[in-house]
Amino acid sequence: MSWADLIIQGALLGGYYALLAGGLSFLYGVMRIINLAHGSLAVATAYVFWAMAEYWQLQPLLLILVLLPLMGFVGWCLYRLVFERSLHGGALIPILSTFGLATVLDNVLFQNFGADTRSLAPYFDTLAYDSWTLPGDIIVGQLAVIEFALAVAVLGGLHLLLTRTSVGRQIRATSEDEDAARIVGVNTRRIHALATAMAFGIIAAAGIALGLRATFDAYAGPQQLIFAFEAVVMGGAGSLWGTLLGGVTLGIAQSVGARINPQGFLIAGHVTFLAVLLARVYAGDRLRALLAARWLHS
Amino acid sequence: MDGKDENPPQVYRWTKLSIVSVTSVAVLQIAFAVAPLFLGANAIERLTTLFIYGILALMWNALAGYGGLVSVGQQAFFGLGAYAVLRLCDFGVSVFPAMLLAAVLVALVSVPIGLVMLRLRVGEFAVGMWVVAELAHLLVNLDSFIQGETGTSLVAMLAFAPPQRRAFTYWAALATMVALAWVVFALLRARLGTAAQAIRDNEEAASSVGVPVAATKRTLFILSAFGCAAAGALWVATTISFQPKAYFSVQWSAYMIFMVLVGGIGTFEGPVLGAVLFFAVETLFGSAGVWYMIGLGATALVFSLLLPRGIWGTLEQRFAIQLLPVGYFLRYGSTSPKRAPQPRDNSQEPAKP
Amino acid sequence: MTLLAVQGLCSAHGLLQAVRTVDLSLGEGEVLALVGANGAGKTTLLRTIAGVHRAAAGRIFFDGTDITHFAPHERVARGIALVPEGRRLFLEMTVEENLRVGSAAGRKGSWDLERVLHAFSMLQRLRKVKATHLSGGQQQATAIGRALMANPRLLLLDELSLGLSPKAIESVYVSLRALTDAQTTIILVEQDLQRSLSFAGRVACMLEGQIVAQGRANEMTREQVMQHYFGARLAAGGAPSV
Repeated sequence: MSWADLIIQGALLGGYYALLAGGLSFLYGVMRIINLAHGSLAVATAYVFWAMAEYWQLQPLLLILVLLPLMGFVGWCLYRLVFERSLHGGALIPILSTFGLATVLDNVLFQNFGADTRSLAPYFDTLAYDSWTLPGDIIVGQLAVIEFALAVAVLGGLHLLLTRTSVGRQIRATSEDEDAARIVGVNTRRIHALATAMAFGIIAAAGIALGLRATFDAYAGPQQLIFAFEAVVMGGAGSLWGTLLGGVTLGIAQSVGARINPQGFLIAGHVTFLAVLLARVYAGDRLRALLAARWLHS
Repeated sequence: MDGKDENPPQVYRWTKLSIVSVTSVAVLQIAFAVAPLFLGANAIERLTTLFIYGILALMWNALAGYGGLVSVGQQAFFGLGAYAVLRLCDFGVSVFPAMLLAAVLVALVSVPIGLVMLRLRVGEFAVGMWVVAELAHLLVNLDSFIQGETGTSLVAMLAFAPPQRRAFTYWAALATMVALAWVVFALLRARLGTAAQAIRDNEEAASSVGVPVAATKRTLFILSAFGCAAAGALWVATTISFQPKAYFSVQWSAYMIFMVLVGGIGTFEGPVLGAVLFFAVETLFGSAGVWYMIGLGATALVFSLLLPRGIWGTLEQRFAIQLLPVGYFLRYGSTSPKRAPQPRDNSQEPAKP
Repeated sequence: MTLLAVQGLCSAHGLLQAVRTVDLSLGEGEVLALVGANGAGKTTLLRTIAGVHRAAAGRIFFDGTDITHFAPHERVARGIALVPEGRRLFLEMTVEENLRVGSAAGRKGSWDLERVLHAFSMLQRLRKVKATHLSGGQQQATAIGRALMANPRLLLLDELSLGLSPKAIESVYVSLRALTDAQTTIILVEQDLQRSLSFAGRVACMLEGQIVAQGRANEMTREQVMQHYFGARLAAGGAPSV
């Protein structure tokens, strides 16, 4: 594998990470909540997809159209039940409550679906294995390219929503100064619930993407959360396009690491994450300002 | 506003209740110390486990309850503590000194980690520490001595006969828990306690009046690392076997969060209560496997939303009791100044961390 | 016709009773100046009327409806708009975006983006500028414009002149006078006594959470107002005594 090949594969993997991180980043940007149940929710979506496809024999494309809004609705409910209360409890409560939620979710999935690993690839023909050949004998998976394009589309769509629409403006206002937004007549409760619903829709898409690109099991959630988190923080917690950059950075780091050592895949990712943190801490305010630009306004 | 205040309020720290409590605790500690002479093997091992849970709860609370730093990654130090013991014993250090040395070494390692991680915001710190734990797990796996996920055993322990091994480990665990509890107690009564309270209330304001925010957090971070490492060392002494996956698992964080959240975050008595409750729950339901974990998670979720102060925290607030003298009380004199609004005369108003 | 009726309103600011049993009533088209020292409770009163502060006791009636427990956005939809102390613009958003958010509650009326920009002509060339780059006077104009976008029947103005140069203050008040037609009811909180008395038709003085004096602006002298402002009786030489 040439270095160009490695970078390309890594970048495409980064597209998946950006999609995965999108929901986490959006929620954090709007409500300053790090949803520790993020990965578990993605995995749960994959399981629901699998169950519906397996037992009800539903068409995969139909399932996608159903699951995304369904998860959006779940997000709405979860906001009303969990997040809204968490927001008033200070900074610790959202972390603790979402962690509890993740534990419950992971174990419920295990209880229901057992220890077997699953995959969603069988429901999509050969999409997971098809590839294109680029000049230089570089083979790229069609799925990887689609996931990357999807990530760009989602982030781009969010950007347009936030800058061009009334709802987007209200979301930005609420995230910047909730009190002032309420004064001005924004229904901040509804905006928060809506933002959560949107974030969950993205999580659902990421969950299906996960199921396609890899096998998953009931306890795969936490690992995905960590990847999403690393992508978000590296890109600058709060920056939309930074999330894409963070995802790509993670993907490339992992790919390079894998080349060096079989364990290197994960190690390289974590080390790069910590290195970026270190750089931010010691490179001072300038770099910090550059990376952590208010995301809804970048 | 009048001129002189004839009867300035008096500050005192010990109440009758707290004297009784501290005495009871001391008596209890002595009782526990002599227990191995009377109890059976199983009871000794179970109590050792209880003490280790107590250490973990105290240490997680030190960081989160007093420092405001929720960490989902203290299992990093737990696992590293156990790993350090294995390595040191392999090197030739005898077991029990190795355990203390391991905790100290891990505490030293935590210093540079803290330097970077403590700069993060609350949410980022929480998961960031989890990443540190994952990395520690991966790096430990690289050591061929550990044999990957198969793990290895603390063979040095086998030099002791089972009864001695049990008793020594028991005493080590008890001593560690008692020592750490007294350390936390002393810190809370000292300036650190007030500093921690100030930071929890409003970090910016605390910083602006000169509270050493960064130093306080660093102290708590290192202490917590030390304690968790000691707990890990004790755990490997009890179970003898070491599988990285078990020691670096995020489940330990789940346990710590459960104990402290249910017991009472930010209180002194809370973590101990939480450890006892957790121990009871585990004894009763531990064999339920997955449902047990679901129950733990659901309880943490419910408590965080409905009873965020935990059992002890709520009781403390409701009834204004305080068993241990970590706060300050004001006693107002019998004559109050003419104009100033007095909440209640001749009352004791706890103003506590 | 009474537009706003406040009865026995109590409101807390943390542990402090900031508003203690306030009774107030305003007819449509009236302009009331609310004066008082810092900490008297003026801002808390306005915020409670606007709904961002919870009323601990008492009632607020707007156009006959009991709105005491209505959410802020519901009050804006009914025609109450607050220009908060310190402007509170969305600094990362442009002037135009700030103005557009003002119509979030969806209330129909004569004010729209173009009319607001026409009224505050200085903002026209600043449409696409981020609020954080604006001067104090420009920010104040944007804040008032944002409130106007909600087509309010009751306009609550909190400390418009705070942090503004005298020239900017003058400009703001000139615009305000031109903008407010006979139908807009205004409550104005203002430190500048002279300006309050000249702009408003009625005056109310607040001290320690209560309204201690009310009257027509042209009937109350500056001395009378100051007396209630400080809660002190002014001796002949003007020196306060208790």
